[in-house]
Amino acid sequence: MKASNFDPLSQDIFAKQLKIAVIFVLAVFGILVLRLWFLQIVGGPTYRARSENNRIRLQSMAPFRGVIRDSSGKILVDNRPSYDLYVIPEDIHDAEDLLGRLALLGNLDMGPIREKISRSDNGYPFKPVCLEKDISREKLAMLETRRFDLPGVMIEVSPQRHYFFGDLAAHVLGYLGEISEKQLKSGEFPHNKSGDLIGKTGIERSWQHALNGGRGGEQVEVDAAGRRIKVISRKPPVSGADVSLTINRELQMLAEKALDGKHGAVVAMDPRNGQILALASSPSYDPNLFITGFDAATWKNMVSSTDYPLHNRALTGQYPPGSVFKIVVALAGLQEGVITPHETLYCNGQYSLGRGKYRCWKRWGHGSVNLHKALVESCDIYFYHLGLRLGVDRIAHYAHQLGLGRKTGLNLGHEKGGLIPTAEWKLKRWGVPWQGGETVSTSIGQSFVLVTPLQVATFVSAVFNGGHVYRPQVTRWVRKPGGESIFEFTPQLIGDVKIKPEYLELVKYALSGAVNHPRGTGSKARLADIKVAGKTGTAQVVNLKKEKDAKAKGEVPWKYRDHAWFVAVAPVDAPRITVAVLVEHGGHGGSAAAPIAKTLIEAYLRLPVD
Amino acid sequence: MLDRRLIQNFDWVLLLLLLLLAGISILNLYSATYAIRDVGGSRIVMKQFYWFMIGFSVLLVMITFNYYYLERLAYPAYFFTVALLIVVLLVGKVMSGSQRWLSLGPLVFQPSELAKISMVLVLAKFFNDRDSAEEYRLRDLWQPFILILVPCGLILKEPDLGTALFLGMVSFSMILIVKVNRKSLLIFLGCCLLAAPVIWFGMKDYQQRRILTFLSPDTEPLGAGYHINQSKIAIGSGQFWGKGYLQGTQTRLHFLPEQHTDFAFSVLAEEWGLVGVTALLLLYLFLILWGLNIAKGSKDRFGAILAVGIVAIVFWQVVINVGMVTGLLPVVGIPLLLFSYGGSSLISTMAAMGLLMNISMRRFMFQ
Repeated sequence: MKASNFDPLSQDIFAKQLKIAVIFVLAVFGILVLRLWFLQIVGGPTYRARSENNRIRLQSMAPFRGVIRDSSGKILVDNRPSYDLYVIPEDIHDAEDLLGRLALLGNLDMGPIREKISRSDNGYPFKPVCLEKDISREKLAMLETRRFDLPGVMIEVSPQRHYFFGDLAAHVLGYLGEISEKQLKSGEFPHNKSGDLIGKTGIERSWQHALNGGRGGEQVEVDAAGRRIKVISRKPPVSGADVSLTINRELQMLAEKALDGKHGAVVAMDPRNGQILALASSPSYDPNLFITGFDAATWKNMVSSTDYPLHNRALTGQYPPGSVFKIVVALAGLQEGVITPHETLYCNGQYSLGRGKYRCWKRWGHGSVNLHKALVESCDIYFYHLGLRLGVDRIAHYAHQLGLGRKTGLNLGHEKGGLIPTAEWKLKRWGVPWQGGETVSTSIGQSFVLVTPLQVATFVSAVFNGGHVYRPQVTRWVRKPGGESIFEFTPQLIGDVKIKPEYLELVKYALSGAVNHPRGTGSKARLADIKVAGKTGTAQVVNLKKEKDAKAKGEVPWKYRDHAWFVAVAPVDAPRITVAVLVEHGGHGGSAAAPIAKTLIEAYLRLPVD
Repeated sequence: MLDRRLIQNFDWVLLLLLLLLAGISILNLYSATYAIRDVGGSRIVMKQFYWFMIGFSVLLVMITFNYYYLERLAYPAYFFTVALLIVVLLVGKVMSGSQRWLSLGPLVFQPSELAKISMVLVLAKFFNDRDSAEEYRLRDLWQPFILILVPCGLILKEPDLGTALFLGMVSFSMILIVKVNRKSLLIFLGCCLLAAPVIWFGMKDYQQRRILTFLSPDTEPLGAGYHINQSKIAIGSGQFWGKGYLQGTQTRLHFLPEQHTDFAFSVLAEEWGLVGVTALLLLYLFLILWGLNIAKGSKDRFGAILAVGIVAIVFWQVVINVGMVTGLLPVVGIPLLLFSYGGSSLISTMAAMGLLMNISMRRFMFQ
């Protein structure tokens, strides 16, 4: 073996090179430690937060929305389980095979499903993908029995709003809709997130905050694939408060049945405190459809047809009150002293003012008429005189006192205020002075006068309860699940009528006669054992000439027919219910609307008192 | 052959360093595979333990003979390695897109691991044969360049960019240690710069993507950048003291990729913090300085250059791996030696360590 010991010279160079190498190594290790120091100390807190963020997912838990009940505690709106079909992409062995099997189960739309599954491939394969919400019982049964053939398929249960009686009281209850971007940003819905359903109309909307409840959440630890490892902490959701309505379910059903096939509204109210007992608007809709979804035709019909099923006619429908307005004019005349109860005027069936000719509905006239007879038989001529003696502004003054011409403030939203004209209003609105002939038609509730069925029920209630105008209310109480009260009903006065009690009594007596007198116009509302008071009204839709022309051609087209009004109170001596009925294009109030009021009064007063 | 003086000169320090590293490696591996211990995790730890046992046996074998005999074997070993690298390109096993493995019955090994030792050997032999008190010039170095380029090119073809570059770095380090004329060096580095675009366009798509990802990891948070981001989160979230043994959430919940192989260092960083990784780096640093000390004390030039080559293997693996998992360097798939899971790499590393010890033990002997 050859000796190959270091040549001293080259060993020297080598030793110097090694020294440089040592410095280099130390420098590089210094950089590495610096890098680690930078990551772990400088960036440490940030990276710690990011690692927590990685592993902890917040899964929010939606609360149960509060239940809505009727006045006797019967459930009107509840939450029912919705069975939702999910797949976990990671657990699918053969996507095409699974899709094939699912297709056999019925009308699942395969296109979007395939897309949903493939889209979820990247990211979190353990995160369930929802294929279809609220599957039918039949599909559920089939899926459950074939569970073993369907790896990766999962059924999750979620609460879904359920309107027990379909369209019953739909306009009072309202419907739900997805929260809008604007609402989310407004900060008024702290417990809602994108995609949540919130109340859009009715009670669902006005008590949204109470009904909604508080969102809960879970902190769960997940692994990189999104699989849940464990629950770290949990804050259970707080169920929403329950709402009890003043609505009586039986009465509501009757009201809707009576309106079935017609266009119109019914408001039944307790005249002693303003509680709404029934509030129906026809045609109606099923709020469940807003949850499960519409087919295109149904939706189109709902928003674009002239039926306007979404409109709550009781609150937003503004109609001329017709003869119902005579109650106001009569009270105004008595209180203003322009007429005495005994003064008689002569009705020969027609009345002339300037060049205008005004007719009574009874062509050959009522003959000698006093106030009582004028209300019982609804004589127009009497009220023309009375109206002219009062002038439009004094009529308006009393109409306002009775709550007409402004919103009642019923807590359902979207209310209309109607219109009570004054001379000043006419000048301002049309730039033309008030005409005497307009006073004539105003005194029988025509010309510009507009009221809602709700207003009619409210003001007639005031006439019968001694002059107290109560705000109509539909909520009896709102209570949290624990029983803590958020709201309890108390009557709210929105006006007091300054009319002598004896004048109110006179009018009440006359309205009783309108139902019970043989020649009363509201005889169709008469009941054998209960004393009912009431007033008919027939509101012209088009002017008389047009109507006459139409009549001459035979049948009057539906849309030209008069609106029929009837408002009734019973029992006269101790009133417990006021019913206002409006049937659009129903013809005469006495024949089209009065029987509906009668049915409701009879049913309600026979119910056990609660 | 083993006489009393050899026993007296046995390098206990080196052995202690290796045992410490092996112990930490096993401990860390247990944690890295803790979450999957029911589905093969514990088997991985046991396998690595056996590999260490085999590794230490290889180390013992490597000290039984005088390393000087290897000078004669340098060229045969080199050509044998080149032959194997050609064979692997022809009949090698393809795993995750590259052809790096040769099957020998039940065993699978990477010829590129063998290339590290052969390369170091052949360069040590070359510079020993052409001992010069003067600086090397470019014209003196054409032979070693060819010696380097052939295996590097073959490995690049597999493709295994990381190992090819790593082998280049090790060889380059050895050339530098024997002192190259400064002008020649500048010319060489200039050529390298010119070659860079050629290399870039010669790269496979995924290699280019890795480098782009390295340059801006956030462009692909769920793609290629995901690994490096998760590794940085794991390391950074360890902070000063770490999250505690077996408590690393990035590791346990599989956010960290390749946690028992390439990213094993990140597991340690997450659970033991800056304290733990600094300790580990100090062990490596000590191993490297100790190796350089062995080189300095070597009685002959062949042993000295061989020792430097072995130290370069350790140094560059540590730097590339730690640089890679901390986001300083692109992800090139270089495991951390003596620390990451993997038999092939462990055996070749232990063989190299055996050679280092061999040189260390025989520094006082004269033939």
